[in-house]
This record gives sequence, C-alpha cells and structure tokens, in this order.
Amino acid sequence: MQKNAYLGLGLVAAVLIVLPFVLPNSYYMDLVIRMAINATIVIGLNLLIGFAGQISLGHAGFLGIGAYASAVLPTHFGWHPVLAMAAGAAATALIAGLVARPIFKLKGNYLAMATLGLGIIINIALRNEAQWTGGPDGMAVPAMALFGYELNSDKQWYWVVALLLTFSVWASLNMIDSPFGRALRALHGSEVAAQVVGVNLVRYKVTIFVLSAVFASIMGSITAHYIGFVTPNFADFFHSIELVTMVVVGGMASVFGSIVGAVLLTALPQALATFEGWETVVFGSVLMLCMIFLPKGLVPTLAAKFSKGN
Amino acid sequence: MLSQFLQFLFSGITVGATYALAALGFTLIYNASNVINFAQGEFIMLGGMLAVYFAQMGLPLPIALLLAIVIPAIVGIVMEKVAIEPVKGADTVSLIIITIGASLVIRGLIQVWLGKGTFSMPAFSGDDPIHILGATLLPQSLWVLAVTAVLVASLWYFFSRTLTGKAMLATSFNRTAAELVGINTNWVLFLSFAMSAGLGAVGGILVTPITMTSYDVGIMLGLKGFVAAVVGGLGNGLGAVLGGLLVGVLEAMGAGYISSAYKDAVPFVLILFILFFMPRGLFGGKSTDRV
Repeated sequence: MQKNAYLGLGLVAAVLIVLPFVLPNSYYMDLVIRMAINATIVIGLNLLIGFAGQISLGHAGFLGIGAYASAVLPTHFGWHPVLAMAAGAAATALIAGLVARPIFKLKGNYLAMATLGLGIIINIALRNEAQWTGGPDGMAVPAMALFGYELNSDKQWYWVVALLLTFSVWASLNMIDSPFGRALRALHGSEVAAQVVGVNLVRYKVTIFVLSAVFASIMGSITAHYIGFVTPNFADFFHSIELVTMVVVGGMASVFGSIVGAVLLTALPQALATFEGWETVVFGSVLMLCMIFLPKGLVPTLAAKFSKGN
Repeated sequence: MLSQFLQFLFSGITVGATYALAALGFTLIYNASNVINFAQGEFIMLGGMLAVYFAQMGLPLPIALLLAIVIPAIVGIVMEKVAIEPVKGADTVSLIIITIGASLVIRGLIQVWLGKGTFSMPAFSGDDPIHILGATLLPQSLWVLAVTAVLVASLWYFFSRTLTGKAMLATSFNRTAAELVGINTNWVLFLSFAMSAGLGAVGGILVTPITMTSYDVGIMLGLKGFVAAVVGGLGNGLGAVLGGLLVGVLEAMGAGYISSAYKDAVPFVLILFILFFMPRGLFGGKSTDRV
C-alpha cells in the first residue's frame, strides 16, 4: 500500500470513530449508517467497473438475493441469520459465476445486457413468489443475532457497519496493489497487452465479478437486518443504476471516490425531499453532467488538480 | 387449441412489431456511433404519451400524431448534440451511463409534467374485433403491422437506394474510411438519432390504444427492444426486425402457456441463452477483432 492510501484509510477510520459523538440525533445516525452501507457496496462495485472496466447493470439483483436470503430462510425455515447470510452469499457466487463464465468471453455491451437481464429476472421472481417473499409488498426480516446477542439499536449497527466499511477500504486498497489488482488494471488498460504478459482474461474477470457480487449480497443481508424489512424495489433496475451512479460520481477506480459518491448520492434524495418527483430528473442530470464534464469522477479529478497545484 | 395458439400469435406479433421498431432504433444508432442508446425506450414512451396529450387537447388526430413523432425526434437530436457528440470516442461504460442519464431525465420530466397516471387513446379505426379461425384480431393490430411493414420497407429503400442511406451504411462499416471519401459523419450521427427516436415514437403511438401508456413504460419496452436487437445480431437491420417479432411471440406464448406473471422475464431468459450459445445473435455475421 502507498503512503497516501494509509493516510486515507486513517482518515476514514478517524471520521468513523468521531462521527457518533457529534451526530445530533437518530435521524442523522440512520443517514450515516445508510451512507456507510452504500459506500461498502459501491467499493465492491467499483472494483469491477473502475478497476476491471466491466459494467454491471444488475447489482441490485445480488443485493436482493442476499437481503431475501436473510429474510426468507430465518422466517420460513428457522435458519440462524448468519447461516442465512452465508447461504445468500453462496447462492450469489454460484449464480454470478454461472452467468459470468460465458459472458466474459464477450465485450462491453453484452455484459451490460446480461447483468441487466439477470437483475430483472431476479426482481420479477421476488415479486411473483409471494408465498415466500410477500410479493410486491415485501416482508419483515428477523433481527440479526451474534452469539445469542441481538443487534437492534442504531448505535450497535453503526459500529458493525463502520467496521465493515473500514475493513473493505483496507482490503480493496491492498488488493489494488497486489498481483491480482495489477492484473485487473492491466486488462482495463489493454486486454491484448495484458494477455501478452500472461493475464488470463476470463479467469480474472470472472473472479472480480463474483467477488463484487458476493460483496453486494452480504451487504444486502446487512441492510435487510438493519432496516428490518425488504421489498422488491431494493432489487430493481433503478437501484442498480443508483449504485452505478455512485461509482461514476465519486470516481471510477478510486476507493475513496466510492465513499464520496455513496455519501453524496445517499444524501441527495434527502436534500431533494421537498422537490417531490424531481429526484429522477436530478439523478439523470448528475449522471450525464458527471460523465461529460468529470469523466473521471470527483475524487480523481480533484486529486489531479491538487497534485498539479503543488 | 388452434384458436388459442392463433390468439397468442396475434398478440405476440403485435407487441413484437413495437419491439422491432425499437430494435431498429438501437441498430441505427449503434451502427452510426457504436453507442447502445439506453434512452431508446423513452422515445417509445414519449410517442405514446404525447399522442394522448395532443389528442386530448382536441387537436385533429393526424396533427396530434405528427407532433408526437416530430417532438421525440427533436428530443433525440438534442440528446445527440448535448450529450453524445461532446464525448465522442469515450469508452463503452461512459456512453452507456450517459444514455441512462438521458433516459432518467426524459422520464422524470414527463412524470413531473403529465403525472404518474395511465393513459390510453381510442383505436384508429374502431374496436370491432375481426374473427379468424376462432381467434380475434383487433383492427389496431393491423395498423401496427401495416405501419411497421411500410416503415421497414422504406428503411430498406432508404439504405439501398439513396445516397444518404448509403452514406450511413458506409459510416457503420468504417467511420474513418467514410470520412475520407467525404461523408459528414457528424451529420450521419445526427440523422441516426432523429430517425431512431422517430421510429421509437411511431411504435409507442401505435400500441398505445392496445396496451395503454404511462411515464414509466419506456424502461421495459426499451430493454426488450435491446434484447430484440441483440437476438437479431447487434447492428443487423433485418435481424432486428425478426428479433423483435421473435421476442414478442415468445413472450406471448410464455404468458399464455407457462405463466403470465413471468411474461416480462421471457425476453431476458431468452437473451441469456442467446448470449451463452450464439453470442453473435441469430442473424449476426462472423467478425474478428483487430489487435
């Protein structure tokens, strides 16, 4: 890891430690928890989009698998929540792997199509299997319990989520500089060149896709337990787009950009609450303006400006 | 048995024709610029919504319909000028995201302006069904099929017999070479957005009396049009039309014989199979990448 990365990791950890003592009330506490959850998901998605240059338009589908595993298995079959979460992650890995192998032999547009199709199929299944999932109305999720100790207050959840976020920042910073990360960046730069130096394209792409899908599934379970309720909207196309927006706004291929993107776009709907109905327009405009004027995203653009100034 | 099958076939071909028009729109833009336009579905929605709006305003039907085709075409042109031309040559991911952004803006604006309601308009020539071998066919379905057939035929004429059409084809084969022989490829890009938005709008107008419309129908219609374009082999015009009809018919059969709740999943299951087993689509040619 580079020095700057350590600095950034330290900063993230420091902010996360201080935050609960300065947040004025539980509304902000809830908002920050949601931001942290989204940031963790987006870091995983950014590994795929930003570092490997592959797009997923169905990531909310994987969130949905995790969330519904945590809702359905404990409710209908009496499974322990941790076991249910693991089962969701395993199912996600299996589905993502099965789909990814043939798809990654193709290029850009086709992966977008396939992930989009997969996400929509998952969402339709969640809506229609009402006897298990409660259909479009959704269902309640039992509380998460660790070692017989139930997680229910916002404070407890905050520390769990903060820990997960810090861990994922640390893990992805490490991964980017590992041989695996370098191979990913190489294949983003030039697939041919990467192949020439011995990078097995399909294997690396499949691995990172499955990894980021499992990431999403686990965070889907966490979100479901935290909110205590899931609906199919959690797994719909628009949510997938929201996640991609966070990656793009914060900055592709930037771990800290992912956090910034998640924080900004989680706060945006709250800020827009008074303009009921305009959220979609604003979301779309942000997406377009970012890609046109800041194609590298906020954090990388600012970082480049800053280092040039020095 | 036969009458039931025919019934599913009729409704499948009717929606399929809309998918075919959407798929043609995808193909036009893809050939001109290699952009997958995720806002294609919004043009379909715009066509239907604007037709209803202008018709309810009391405008004579032909004028209302004309406006409902011209305005989406202008929207397409604006989108191309504002969002696509400035970033020419950006990578696939960026372009996909820009067109998704455009689709959200269009959908959001219509939602704010016309609300979240569901709208319909009277069929062009009455609702008396035609009986064929025990199945019924709506007169509007004939409109859908006839107009689609005319459009496909004129597109074929345009691309094979006119200079502008040939210039567009040349651009899709090799942009640089086209520029070298003096084709204005920016004009081609401009034209392809206008045409594909117009095509989408026509599709949206034609099915509105049958399927109704609302601000959010564009997502599914557009995605299914995209599926149809990929099924037919991305970039292949005839393939897009056949792909559209195939997706429509399979969807109607799936809804009729398997489960109507999973109707919308049929095209996406189909596309996963196509991508797995014949990634160039049913009618796509072989191609090799240059290093």
